Amino acid sequence: MTAARPVRPGAPDAHASSEGNAWADACLAVRLLALDPAGLGGAILKGGPGPAREDWTAALVRLLSPGGPVRKAPMGIADDALLGGLDLAASLTLGRPVARVGLMAQADGGLLILPSAERLGPEIASRLAAALDQGEVSVEREGLSFRASARIALVAYDESRADVDEDGLGLAPGLADRLAFHLTLSDRQARTAAGRAAAIAGEGSLAKARARLARMGPADREVVEGLCAAAEAWGVGSPRAALFALRVARAHAALRGAPHPGSEDAVAAARLVLAPRALRLPSGDDAAPAPPPPDAAASQDDPAPEDPAQEEREAETGLADLLVEAVRTGLPPQLLAALSDAGPAGLTAGARNRGGRTEAPRGAPRGSRPGRLKPGDRLDVPATLRAAAPWQTLRGAPVDGRGTRRRLAVRAEDFRLRRFTRAPETTTIIAVDASGSTAVNRLAEAKGAVELLLARAYVDRAHVALVAFRGVSAEVLLPPTRSLARAKRCLSGLAGGGGTPLAAGVEMAWRLALAERARRKRPRLVILTDGRPNIGLDGAPGREQAATDALAACRRVAASGLEAIYVDAAPRPAPDGDRFAKAMGARYAPLPLARAGAVAELIGGGARGSAPMA
Amino acid sequence: MPRDQAELNPRRVSGGAPVTARPVYPFTAIVGQDEMRLALTLAAVDSSLGGVMVFGDRGTGKSTAIRALAALLPPLETLEGCRFRCDPVRDGACQDDCPLREGRASARVIAAPTPVVDLPLGATEDRVVGALDLERALAHGEKRFEPGLLARAHRGFLYVDEINLLEDHLVDLLLDVAASGENVVEREGLSVRHPARFVLIGSGNPEEGELRPQLLDRFGLSVEVASPRTVDERVEVVRRRDGFDRDPARFLKAWEAEEVKLRDAILAARGRVARVRTPTRVLEAAARLCLAIEADGLRGELTLIRSSRALAAFEGATAVSLAHLRRLAPLALRHRLRRDPLDEAGATVRIQRALDDLLPP
Repeated sequence: MTAARPVRPGAPDAHASSEGNAWADACLAVRLLALDPAGLGGAILKGGPGPAREDWTAALVRLLSPGGPVRKAPMGIADDALLGGLDLAASLTLGRPVARVGLMAQADGGLLILPSAERLGPEIASRLAAALDQGEVSVEREGLSFRASARIALVAYDESRADVDEDGLGLAPGLADRLAFHLTLSDRQARTAAGRAAAIAGEGSLAKARARLARMGPADREVVEGLCAAAEAWGVGSPRAALFALRVARAHAALRGAPHPGSEDAVAAARLVLAPRALRLPSGDDAAPAPPPPDAAASQDDPAPEDPAQEEREAETGLADLLVEAVRTGLPPQLLAALSDAGPAGLTAGARNRGGRTEAPRGAPRGSRPGRLKPGDRLDVPATLRAAAPWQTLRGAPVDGRGTRRRLAVRAEDFRLRRFTRAPETTTIIAVDASGSTAVNRLAEAKGAVELLLARAYVDRAHVALVAFRGVSAEVLLPPTRSLARAKRCLSGLAGGGGTPLAAGVEMAWRLALAERARRKRPRLVILTDGRPNIGLDGAPGREQAATDALAACRRVAASGLEAIYVDAAPRPAPDGDRFAKAMGARYAPLPLARAGAVAELIGGGARGSAPMA
Repeated sequence: MPRDQAELNPRRVSGGAPVTARPVYPFTAIVGQDEMRLALTLAAVDSSLGGVMVFGDRGTGKSTAIRALAALLPPLETLEGCRFRCDPVRDGACQDDCPLREGRASARVIAAPTPVVDLPLGATEDRVVGALDLERALAHGEKRFEPGLLARAHRGFLYVDEINLLEDHLVDLLLDVAASGENVVEREGLSVRHPARFVLIGSGNPEEGELRPQLLDRFGLSVEVASPRTVDERVEVVRRRDGFDRDPARFLKAWEAEEVKLRDAILAARGRVARVRTPTRVLEAAARLCLAIEADGLRGELTLIRSSRALAAFEGATAVSLAHLRRLAPLALRHRLRRDPLDEAGATVRIQRALDDLLPP
């Protein structure tokens, strides 16, 4: 082993200067990305706007080939702007079709910046992903067919906030997977590192490093195996991540003037690439309280069958251990805490993959499509003109003496209809009381209800999310989704028991609802509880405080004007339940004895505004 | 002309920088993913299987595999000047300017690469089915059909990544044409029909929204791909990919022999597949299996038999065996089971159970 400094597991100073380190790593990442933009795809910059983000981006622009294009994609960018299409104005002026290449092709050989990337729709995200894969855009639109080179480095500004969005949201996972660096920047970090601008320096060295990278031979088998083992240990499933780690190791070696990547480079790569993607603690880790549950579905790459052999090999391979520890040093402290809470099985793939978010947003403008104009439809006039423009000569539109066309011949087949007329999709957020008192009677019903709702989600175009509260806190069991497969996996893991932190449950559901609303969905809350809170918002026991906190949480729901249903699951309807429902502005639905079907029916009925009672 | 504008000319790259052809990763160098490779290989043997739907995690080489298959396949025979790349024997005269129709029976037979057409997301319907040729319409006021992506995919593969994100009406259209083998266009005063036989390959991640069951059922085979499960497999994936990225030419050369071997096997199987016998007991077993798992319709049974036959041909057998059937049952049937939201067991498990009951190994 060469210069790499081993990090003791659990050392008290591991995170002592984590902020300064985070900034130093970000400074390193910008140089690595500038060295191999095509191989590394780009970076996600988490955190709000500020000098740190600006400096980082400015440094990247400076370090990438000088004079290369830099483009910024506006929020809600449409296909024709991103991919390219017919240039209507030029086509009409010149009397012949003129194609305009989109932002991705314009950014060829340079940088494309995505502001508010967490709000990017799945369609746009997948187009960007395709361009990253192919290094080109392929356009088949509006009578045009062309391909244009689009070798871009993508920088996504992800402003989703952990306190509001919990773990539900962020950049579309398919796109995030294709960007090597996931950095969290804060201005505080930048300030603690002395001389922010000075930290990102060394343009001069990049030309040489680029030449070295181009000549570099293959990495040692030990490096490849070590990085793969570290990825496996931390639950990083995507093979792309391991490949990125290897490429970063190579770029790192080129940067420091080494002929090929060694352990020092692998350590940096593990910290930079694997740490932000970690999904679980390595098995046998001190912080991990229990062995993984036998439920193989809980983790998409459950290593259970291979475990003994793997551990043996890792014991032999010093580098693999070193890299596993390197990942730990790169973990943001709060992520480590989250992983420890989740146990060695880790966050479920679903909770991190946020599958539900990628469903197309309805109610937002989504371009236009050809069709017959019916009452209630809205004509997309520019798109219709675009469709009509090329055919004017053929249709013999009248031309005046000076050769200028006087009228546009528009036919029915040119009509393009706007597609954002559909009502926004609803997201039903079900908060289930999984406390000891409720669980005995009601948990199974709630589970059944959620599954029945999901089975119908196709028809309703609705999403379902599930929040469970028990013990001292609430958790998002199932982020908004239409996927039955994921729902089942989450539900099967839900067990009841413990206190009733109603305030925390309502609060969590409320936050999720606000996040959904920000995504242009129509959130609906369903709170299923026996209405006997005994845990306050701060996690402390005590009926009185718990009830006060719960009422406050309920009022917040009402203040946000959210549609809500309060399902009272107490064996006998209690006045408290009615109180909570009123505070929330919710419909009160006592359900003395119900089956899963009845709960689902009730919720379904709520959507239509009627009130069937059991 | 500003950089972001371009003269329209479909025959040269318009706007932006020119595209350089990228080397394609070899099909035989893909690590693991046996099920996906099997399904794609069988589709290459018998294109009438009805398409392949690939479900799976990100970064598992779905796109790589399909592009790799394209590069592997042998060239097609067609007539010089045929815009639809028709098969001179099977298709006959195609459209108005077909070399055959113009009486040039002596038209030269040429070889063309097997097309693999990517349906780019955001493609508009006119470019998919074909429409008036813009240039001719403008320059000469002439109505001429400009073939779309469906024509370009004729006798090859049409690949739709993230098919779950595609508009439902486009997916419908694709499946219609894939099933009928013919594209009919009635628009802009044109009336055109041309052959469009292609294997539709869709890919998607079920966790990011699912495909409507009606559409799913119309795919012949479905496969599930997953991230590599062992460190060894991962290491191999990364090493090979890294080797390819660093020196594609050398990597391709190293795998050339394997590629040729597979290509020959596919060609041989194509020649054999029509002669492979299907014993009655195999037909009966397939019928019993489909009844047992309550698969809707006959499509599942037909695909199961056909794909088993393709597998038998690929393996050089003269008749379909129960082992072939057993191997392909999950691929041919798992996406056709009626969903039971309260049944915990996945489709593959249910099929496996039925197989164990009916066809004990």
